[in-house]
Amino acid sequence: MRLLTGNDLKTGAVTWWTGSDWSIHVEDAADVTGNEDEIARREEASRRVNSPYAVDAELHEGSPRPAHIKERVRALGPTVRPDLTLKPADPEIGNWVI
Amino acid sequence: MYKYDQYDQAMVDARVEEFRDQARRRLEGKLTEDQFKPLRLMNGLYLQLHAYMLRVAIPYGTLNSLQMHVLADIADKYDRGYGHFTTRQNIQYNWIKLEDAADILADLAKVEMHAIQTSGNCIRNISSDHFAGAAADEIVDPRPYAELLRQWSSFHPEFSYLPRKFKIAVIASDTDRAAMRLHDIGIQIVKNDAGELGAAFYVGGGMGRTPMVAPCINGFVPLDRLVTYAEACLRVYNRHGRRDNKYKARIKILVHEMGAEEYTRQVEAEYAHLLEEGVEPPFAELERIRTYFEDPLFEAGAPEEVDRSDPDFAVWVDRNTVAHKEAGYVSAVISLKPVGGIPGDATAEQMRLMADLAKDYSFDELRVMHTQNIVLPHVRKADLHALWTALDEAGLGSPNLDTVEDIIACPGLDYCSLANARSIPIAQRISERFAANGKTGTLGELKLKISGCINACGHHHAGHIGILGVDRKGVENYQLLLGGSEAEDVSLAKITGPGFDENGIVDAVETVTNVYESERQDGERFLDTYRRIGMNPFKEALYG
Repeated sequence: MRLLTGNDLKTGAVTWWTGSDWSIHVEDAADVTGNEDEIARREEASRRVNSPYAVDAELHEGSPRPAHIKERVRALGPTVRPDLTLKPADPEIGNWVI
Repeated sequence: MYKYDQYDQAMVDARVEEFRDQARRRLEGKLTEDQFKPLRLMNGLYLQLHAYMLRVAIPYGTLNSLQMHVLADIADKYDRGYGHFTTRQNIQYNWIKLEDAADILADLAKVEMHAIQTSGNCIRNISSDHFAGAAADEIVDPRPYAELLRQWSSFHPEFSYLPRKFKIAVIASDTDRAAMRLHDIGIQIVKNDAGELGAAFYVGGGMGRTPMVAPCINGFVPLDRLVTYAEACLRVYNRHGRRDNKYKARIKILVHEMGAEEYTRQVEAEYAHLLEEGVEPPFAELERIRTYFEDPLFEAGAPEEVDRSDPDFAVWVDRNTVAHKEAGYVSAVISLKPVGGIPGDATAEQMRLMADLAKDYSFDELRVMHTQNIVLPHVRKADLHALWTALDEAGLGSPNLDTVEDIIACPGLDYCSLANARSIPIAQRISERFAANGKTGTLGELKLKISGCINACGHHHAGHIGILGVDRKGVENYQLLLGGSEAEDVSLAKITGPGFDENGIVDAVETVTNVYESERQDGERFLDTYRRIGMNPFKEALYG
């Protein structure tokens, strides 16, 4: 599957295309296979996202998991600061990244 | 330290308002990202893995306590309560919002700081010896020359669009604490046989994907020709540096391909031409700048004795204080490398404490080291115990300067969009390993440097032990290098062989230190032993 990601223009936060909007949670991301360029053009033009691009992913326990470690780090936050990640209370979340 | 005059302040204030307007237009959609990106980068605003990142310039690494307080306030108000001190004596914030960026720059401008020339293909922030003005071995304070070059290079129209970024370091002692010969231009202030001061120019050094040690192209440039000679070096580079291939665009490639002799010939010709044009600022300007760097009012006859009855304190004194030119004083290094910590990170609270301690004990002055620690440059020996007590209570008292725990690490894949592998967790695990096995002290001076990609922000080529993170089919892998140095005995490290995974690289570092322990002779550092016995014994131990 393919996911569309970018950064929020105002905050720089990592965002994922859900099919109708943008979410900071990768588990909300929709498969955009075949439509990524069109959605990216439209959304960037409307300033709802900054520099969108598509990444490969696979389903992992029912949720999308980016194929490359860099995108998984983007999706979660720095592995060395669990308190600053999107899931600070999950002690096992590092395993999802690595 | 240097104080802005009306021109400096007006330039920085104007730039803040210019950027405020640019950011507003971007947010309103009047600028595309392609149009805005070079503008934000000119103001130190990057887009990294998790958010915008703002890199703030700290010229030659010198700060006063008010500036450090403002850096702490920015961390709290606009970021997530911490900052990261970098390997170029700067600080960067990792969680900045575009809509706040101009306000941050305005806050910085109020204390004579900015983020100009911390990105882009221009002359970057000038770096220097972190013990400048304090070191017992310097012939003069190098910072006035660094400041002169800062003023010359700021917004220099001819050098704002160079083929690639350009980094200059200035030192004034034979001991190189600024990795001078691994810069695009390294300048060493020297004294000739007649006792006159001049500048030795080393040009074409650098790390990155093609590491090179800069050759000396002129051993003595008179100081009233310093800017003219630097301009000649830049002009020849600007004229011939490659713009068709960013990987071959740094001046080191030009000097290497043209040959140092031919490059020097062209620089000397350009220099002669520029002398006729008269581009050098009046020498009085250098004298004016120099007045800002006069010594603080040291206490005459300050006591030399230090009460070493507290063993933990005594260890810290031995490891983290450095000889000062003034009797009764030392420079004290505040380690930002607690065991298992993130090299270079400091919380806002820690920044405020360091600022207050600088005010109380170091004539209001701090320095950022390129090794990601902080220096209080002028501390009375009589004040050391009080200083250490305050630092230790705040987790800033690690006695590990220049040891295997004092690791340089770039932000790596945890933060950086260019990185291929994480650096910080490797640094954390190595420092934990050596703290646990108790060998940190017995290994002595051992400089370990980690980069998360070939761009080498973690200076891995210059580590006695270097580690380079690479991406091997989507999996982090770490190459081990040995034998580098960024000091006056500069050398480039060599790769041992096949890389290691995250667990393997920590074991590998311990393995090579075991070889050192078994092979070292009296007084030898790790680097000395490596240079004497060569790579093979280490490879044997690593790969069998």
